[in-house]
Amino acid sequence: MGIDLSIIWAVIILFGIMMYIVMDGFDLGIGILYPCFPDRHERDVIMNTVAPVWDGNETWLVLGGAGLLAAFPLAYSVILSALYLPLMFMLVGLVFRGVAFEFRFKALDHERHFWDKAFIGGSITATFFQGVALGAYIQGFPVEGRAFAGGPLDWVTPFALFCGLGLLAAYALLGSTWLIMKTEGPLQDHAYRITRVLVWALLAAIAIISLWTPLIDARIAARWFTFPNLLWFAPVPLLVAACAWRLLRALAGRKNRQPFLYTLALIFLGYTGLGISVWPHIVPPGISIWQAAAPAQSQGFALVGAVLIIPVILAYTVWSYYVFRGKVRVGEGYH
Amino acid sequence: MLGFTALELARIQFGFTISFHIIFPAITIGLASYLVVLEACWLRTGRTLYRDLYHFWSKIFAVNFGMGVVSGLVMAYQFGTNWSFFSDFAGSVTGPLLAYEVLTAFFLEAGFLGVMLFGWQRVGPALHFMATAMVALGTLVSATWILASNSWMQTPQGYEIVDGRVVPTDWLAIIFNPSFPYRLVHMSVAAFLATALLVGASAAWHLLRGTDNAAIRKMFMMALWMVAIVAPIQAMIGDAHGLNTLKHQPAKIAAMEGHWRHGAPGEGVPLIVFGWPDMEREQTRFKVEIPRLGSIILTHSLDGQVPALTDFAPRDRPNATIVFWSFRTMVGLGMLMILLGVSGLLLRWRGTVWHNKAFLRFAICMGPAGIVAILAGWFTTEVGRQPWVVYGVMRTADAVSRHGVAALGTTLAIFIVVYIAVFGTGIAYLLRLIRKGPVIDEGAHPETGGPGLPRTPARPMSAARKSDRDDAAASTPTSAEEN
Ligand code: HDD
Ligand code: HEM
Ligand code: HEM
Repeated sequence: MGIDLSIIWAVIILFGIMMYIVMDGFDLGIGILYPCFPDRHERDVIMNTVAPVWDGNETWLVLGGAGLLAAFPLAYSVILSALYLPLMFMLVGLVFRGVAFEFRFKALDHERHFWDKAFIGGSITATFFQGVALGAYIQGFPVEGRAFAGGPLDWVTPFALFCGLGLLAAYALLGSTWLIMKTEGPLQDHAYRITRVLVWALLAAIAIISLWTPLIDARIAARWFTFPNLLWFAPVPLLVAACAWRLLRALAGRKNRQPFLYTLALIFLGYTGLGISVWPHIVPPGISIWQAAAPAQSQGFALVGAVLIIPVILAYTVWSYYVFRGKVRVGEGYH
Repeated sequence: MLGFTALELARIQFGFTISFHIIFPAITIGLASYLVVLEACWLRTGRTLYRDLYHFWSKIFAVNFGMGVVSGLVMAYQFGTNWSFFSDFAGSVTGPLLAYEVLTAFFLEAGFLGVMLFGWQRVGPALHFMATAMVALGTLVSATWILASNSWMQTPQGYEIVDGRVVPTDWLAIIFNPSFPYRLVHMSVAAFLATALLVGASAAWHLLRGTDNAAIRKMFMMALWMVAIVAPIQAMIGDAHGLNTLKHQPAKIAAMEGHWRHGAPGEGVPLIVFGWPDMEREQTRFKVEIPRLGSIILTHSLDGQVPALTDFAPRDRPNATIVFWSFRTMVGLGMLMILLGVSGLLLRWRGTVWHNKAFLRFAICMGPAGIVAILAGWFTTEVGRQPWVVYGVMRTADAVSRHGVAALGTTLAIFIVVYIAVFGTGIAYLLRLIRKGPVIDEGAHPETGGPGLPRTPARPMSAARKSDRDDAAASTPTSAEEN
C-alpha cells in the first residue's frame, strides 16, 4: 500500500499529545503556581483566565488515549498496564483539580481554602506523575508475549522521578507566561518575577535530561551521537539555546505575548528531542509502531474521522479562545 | 485484600468508577437538552421566566458537567490499565469507536461549553443559543458512540478473529449491531426521565416550602408533562429491549426472570414477581409467581417457552440473584414514574397540583428514582452478560491485566475514598444550588461593554457567583468585589 497508516497515526497521536502538553500545561501550571498568589481576588482572576477553556484542553489527553487504543491497541495495553500506578495517581490528581474549577466558586467562604488546596495538590500530583510516566516510558518496558512483564513499581527510578520534577518546571513556566499574557498590574509584575526564576529551572532540567537519556540507553546515545545523525539533529540544541535567549530578552523588555510563545517553542523542541530518541518505537525498547499497529481496517476507519474532524475542532477551539480574548481584570471574572 | 482475587478487585474497581460516572452523564444529557428548550422559549417568547430558569439550571449543569468530565477521564484509561488483554484483543473495534466519540462529541461539548456558561455577554443571542445547542448535541453524540461500543460487546458482529485478535470487517454492522438501537433509545430516554424527575422534585420541594412563583410552576409543569409522556414510552422500549435480549442473550433473560428449568409442555412460563434466586441450589426460593405471565410478556403467547438457567453450564451462568433484583428495581421504579406522571396530570386538571402535600412529597421522593433506575438497569445489563466481556467471544477472566492484589487494592481504596469525598461534596453543592431556587430577573442587566472591549462583562455573571450561595446577603449588581 502506498500510504503507511501507522506513520500517519503516530504523527496524529504525537500531535495530540503535543497539544495536550501545551494546552493543559498552562492550566496545570497555574495550579502549580497558585501558592505564589495567596490573595483571594488574584486567585479568582487567575482561575478565570482558564475556566472557559480548561475542559477543551484536557480533551486532548482523552484523544491521545483513544487514538492510541484505536491505532496501536498493543501499545495502549502494554503502556497503560506498565504505568498503572503513576497513571492512576495522575487521574486522581486531575479529578481534584478538575472539580476545583466549579467547586471553588460554589463553596462557602470558610470552605474555599480546601478547594484551593485541591487545585494546587491536584495540579502538582497530575503534573508530577505525567512526568514520571514520561520518564519511565523513555526507559522502556520489559514485554513478554504481548503483555507487560515487569513489576508494579518499576517506574520508581531516579530518572523517572527527575522527569516528574522537570515537567513541573515546564508547566509552571507555561503557566507563568500565560499569566503575563492574560493579566495586568501587580499580578502581572509578580508573574514576570516568577518567570525569570522558572526559565532557569526549565533550562537546567532540559540540560540534565538531555545528558541523562543517552547515558541510560546506549541506543539513544547511538541515535544522537553517530555521524550523519549528529548533523541532522544538531539544530535541536542550538534552537533551544536561541529560544531561551529570546525568552529572557522578551522578559527584560516586558513583552506581553512573546514570553508565552517562546516557552511554547522551548517545550516543542524538548518534545522533539524526546521523539528523536524514541522513534520508531512505540513501546521502547522493543515494539515498533508497525508491530503494535491495529488492523488496517481500524486505522483507516478512524483516520477518516481524524482527518476530517480535527481541522474543525481546531477551528472552533480558536473561536472559543477568540471569544475570551484579552486581559482578565480583578472583579471582572466570568464567574 | 479481604480475600478478593485480582479479577474481582478489577471488576469492583471498574463497576465502582463507572457507576459514579454514569450518574453525571445522565443528568448532563438531560439538562443540556432542557437548557436548549429553555433558551429557545426565551428567544421566541421573550418571557424572562425562561431566562431565569436557564440561569438557574445552567449553574447546576456546570457543576454536574465538571464531575462528569473528571470521572469520564478515569474511564478512558481504565480499559488499558485494568483490562489490557481486552484492549489488545478488541481495541481494534472499541478504539476507533472511542476515538470517534472524542472527535465528534467530547471536543464539541468542551469547545462550546465555555461560551455557553461564560459567554452571555460576550456573544450575541443567536451565537449563544448555538453554543448551547452544540453542547446538547455533543452529549447525545457521545452517548451514541459509547453505547455502540458497549452494545457491540454485548452482541458482537461484523468482525473476524485473525491471530487471536479481533479484525473489523464491516463497520456498519459493528455500529448497528442488534442491541444498539434499543440500548441507545432506552438510555437516552432514561437520561431525559432522570432529569425530569430531578427538575420536578426541586420544584416540588420549593412549592412544599411555600415558595410559589411562575418560574417554579413552569418548571414543575414541564417536568410533569415530560414524565407523563415519556415514562410509559420507556416501559414499551424496555419491553422491546427485553425481547431483543431474549433473542441474543438468552442466559441473561433466564437470570432476570429467575427461571431455572422448563415446566411440563403446554404449561407456559410463570412470571416470578418476587423470590430469591439461589445459585447453589439452582432454584428460586420463596417465590411469588403468576402463572403464564412470563410466556405472555416474552413470547406473546400462553405457552411459549423461554430458555432456562439449567440449559447453560454453571460456568456460563450470570449471577441471577443480582440480575433478578436489579431488574425488578428498575421496572418497579419505572411503574412508579408512570404513576407520578398520570397522577400529576390528573391533579393539574383538578387544579390542586400546586398544593397537594402528599403529591408534592411523592414527587420529591421520586427525585433520585431515575438515577437509581439507570444504575439498576446497567447492573442488569452488565452482570447479566457475565462471564463474558465480549459476549460469547472473550471471557472477563481472560481480559483482566495481570496486576497484583496489592496494587489493585491500593488504587481501589484510593478511588473509593476520593470519589465519595469529592463527588459527595459535589452533590451537596448541587443540592445547595437547587435549594436556592431560580432568582427572578437574574441576568436582566445585560450591560454590554466594559472598559475597552465591547461586550466585556462589566459585572460578573453566570455560572457561579457568590450570590448563588445561601449566605450571600447581597446579590446586588454592584457586588463585583466579591468576585
Ligand atoms: C450514555 C452516556 C454515556 C456512557 C454510557 C458513558 N459516558 Fe462518558 N460521558 C458522557 C456520556 C456517557 C457525556 C454525557 O458525554 C459526558 C458527561 C459529562 C461530559 O462532559 O460528557 C461524558 C464524559 C466522559 C469523558 C470526559 C470527556 C471530556 O473530557 O469532555 C470521558 C473520557 C468519558 N466520558 C469516557 C467514557 C468511557 C470510557 C465510558 C465507558 C466505559 C463512558 N464514558 C460511559
Ligand atoms: C454507564 C453505565 C454503566 C454501568 C453502570 C456499568 C456497570 C458495570 C458493572 C457493575 C460491571 C461489573 C459486572 C460484574 O463484574 O459483575 C461492568 C462490567 C463491564 N462493563 Fe459496564 N457499565 C456501564 C457502561 C459500560 C460501557 C458504556 C462500557 C463499554 C464501552 C462498559 C464496559 C464494561 C466492561 C469492559 C466490563 C467488564 C469488566 C467487568 O466485568 O467488570 N460498561 N459494568
Ligand atoms: C418500566 C419498564 C422497563 C422495562 C421493561 C425495562 C427493560 C429493560 C431491559 C430488559 C434491560 C436489559 C437490556 C439488556 O439485555 O441488556 C434494561 C436495561 C436498562 N434500563 Fe430499563 N426497563 C424499564 C424501565 C427503565 C427506566 C424507568 C429506566 C431509567 C430511568 C431504565 C434504564 C435502563 C438502563 C440505563 C439500562 C441499561 C442500558 C441498556 O441496556 O439499555 N429502564 N431495561
